[in-house]
Amino acid sequence: MVNWANFVSQLFNGLVLGALLALMASGLTIIYGTLGVLNLAHGAMFMLGGYAGWLAFTYTNSFVVAVIAGSLFVMLVGVVMERVIIRYFYARPHEDQLLVTFGLGIVFVETVRFFFGSLSRTVPAPPGLVGITPLGFMLYPTYRLALLGIVLVALLALYLVLYRTRIGMVVRAGIEDSAMVDALGIDVHKVFMLVFGIGALAAGFAGIVNAPVVSIAPDVGEAILVQTFTVIVIGGVGSFPGAVLGGLIAGEIISLTSMFNPGYSQVMLFVAMTLVLVLRPYGLLGTAGRE
Amino acid sequence: MAHRDVSLRKSLSRRQLLKDSAAVAGGMGALSLGQFIPWVGASAEDKPAIGTWPAGSQGDTVNVAAAVPRTGTYAVQGEDELKGWQLAVEHINNGDPLLQKIAPKVTKGLLGKKVNLLAADSAAKPNQAVQEIQTFINQNKIVLMTGSTSSAVAVALNKFAQREKVLYVTGISGSNDTTGKDCVRYGFRQNFYGETAANAIGPVLVKQFGKNRKAAFMTPDYTYGHTVTKSVNDYLNQNAGWQMVTNQVSPLGTQDFSQYLTNIANSGAEFLINVNWGRDAVLSIQQAKQFGLLPKMTLVVPYQIPFLAKETGPELTAGVYAATDFWWTLEDKYPLAKMFVDAFTKKYNYRPDWGANNAYMSFAIWARMVSQAGSFYPPDVIKQYEKGETFPSTVGDVHFRKEDHQLVRPVVIVRGKAPKDMKNSEDYWEVLDVLPGEPLMQKPDAFGCNLGDYT
Repeated sequence: MVNWANFVSQLFNGLVLGALLALMASGLTIIYGTLGVLNLAHGAMFMLGGYAGWLAFTYTNSFVVAVIAGSLFVMLVGVVMERVIIRYFYARPHEDQLLVTFGLGIVFVETVRFFFGSLSRTVPAPPGLVGITPLGFMLYPTYRLALLGIVLVALLALYLVLYRTRIGMVVRAGIEDSAMVDALGIDVHKVFMLVFGIGALAAGFAGIVNAPVVSIAPDVGEAILVQTFTVIVIGGVGSFPGAVLGGLIAGEIISLTSMFNPGYSQVMLFVAMTLVLVLRPYGLLGTAGRE
Repeated sequence: MAHRDVSLRKSLSRRQLLKDSAAVAGGMGALSLGQFIPWVGASAEDKPAIGTWPAGSQGDTVNVAAAVPRTGTYAVQGEDELKGWQLAVEHINNGDPLLQKIAPKVTKGLLGKKVNLLAADSAAKPNQAVQEIQTFINQNKIVLMTGSTSSAVAVALNKFAQREKVLYVTGISGSNDTTGKDCVRYGFRQNFYGETAANAIGPVLVKQFGKNRKAAFMTPDYTYGHTVTKSVNDYLNQNAGWQMVTNQVSPLGTQDFSQYLTNIANSGAEFLINVNWGRDAVLSIQQAKQFGLLPKMTLVVPYQIPFLAKETGPELTAGVYAATDFWWTLEDKYPLAKMFVDAFTKKYNYRPDWGANNAYMSFAIWARMVSQAGSFYPPDVIKQYEKGETFPSTVGDVHFRKEDHQLVRPVVIVRGKAPKDMKNSEDYWEVLDVLPGEPLMQKPDAFGCNLGDYT
């Protein structure tokens, strides 16, 4: 169904999806870039953000409280996870890191299922953002429009922290060469904990702000985790701008392909990833030498 | 990444599965090689060993196993099914009056043996389900397997059952293929399916909405989705000139349907015929509302999803037409339905949906066939099914068709109630009609069924 209206609509869809993927991917990529740990529990943390927010919402009826509770709870989970478990894995092989984070992901998902069951839970969009907005070329859910704004603000905040603060400078230096940062007398362990916390915060925030769009269930993080990995491979592992660019590219690939045949949209995403790996193995904005 | 993800999870759940069944396996551990050893003189009936027979039925307990989705897109429906099987096994073991109505020769246990149910999470993945059932066959010598809630699993287990020569009764399976081109001698289906759903709901839609309408379909990308969409579209197109303006095919487990819904918004459709199932159906319907497609378009659910109204909220299912297998208010019409709903509600504190009913009935029917045949010997049990005897069920009298092992049973047409019309918190659907099964079914050979051998 290729026509002008549909093309513009899908382009817009891609932007919204892409922004969300960019946010998820930036959390994952700064953790990987700094700590060298590929966090397979990132999808489960996205889910945890949704549930923590939903729980807060049922008690307070406030969306803002839900967003804050969801983000902070997952940040806390991230910090505890790093202190109690992950830090013992920095020196161990990648396979061990993958297994431990994958295992934690399962623990998170099944714990939530144990307490809340598998039934979908809904967090309604805040009043004022409910309903549909006519965009001229299409009708668009108002909350999804707002979501685009919310996510862009979050990405901007993340950018400011990483590029305009001292701590951000240390984090970026850590991505380039953590041994050198250590040698300069900066406590990298504290930085590592902080980075893990910020990465987790991004996942939790994404989870709760996305909850009014996709109602939550214990498995909600599974699909987005896979897409997020594709995004950081396309954008360049460890690169924040790469995560943003990769997210937008992935969103558009999925949306525009589905105009012709939705069945191929995921496939095209992997085709794009494969092309990037062949032509530019370290990703579009990545740096050779980083893992 | 996707691959690693899947294989890791598989190995973990396998381990869990082994652990869970260890207790049972302990008692039967000595038999673990039994499958490969001919059981000379083991049977007084002097029949050669086949599948898990006679090894599986020589002790005082027989094992049956379910591979059921407890995680993923169909987890909610899988849990409900599992409860139905558990209740049936309990009723077989204590000779419950309801079970005896369906299987009069069952007293306490089956042919003097206690039935033990084993279960593992299939996540609605065919390869995972087959692996788990293989383990149950090797370790527990199961005499019956069940599971699905995805026809992809049902079709895979059908073929596996035929190869292993162990009986299989499907869980929820809506594909025409299950008793069509992928039918097997060792597989049996209790519930309704694409063709009967289409022929049941088609006339209702045409009567209600007239001819020459435009419909958008949403179809999950596997055997269930494709066959149900084809059956429904064929009926509406050939009998009333309805036009399929778009068919949005999505993979199982899709979260964000915005791309699909955008295509539908630009298609000019008046009807949204949603064949998606489980959580896919919940999400696509909620998001169709967000995009303003609902209530502008009329939503139709040709193959009912247990707990749909509960998950989306009754506002979204009000006025929606659906074809289904069972709904609890049928207790007013059928005494056995009342007994079933009462027993289930007492045990689990909620009213069963059709997945639990299907699970209960498929086990109760199996108990009937085994007890009538007087043997666990699979070919004898199969021949008992194939006699096509009429017997009572929770939706009136039913019988099996010997040519394709499909139960001839009614299809129920329901319409969603508005919240203000609900008499209690589970009163989501109004039963409009219960249509006899026979006229809704295709000719037994129309979908290319070839059952295969008994031995």
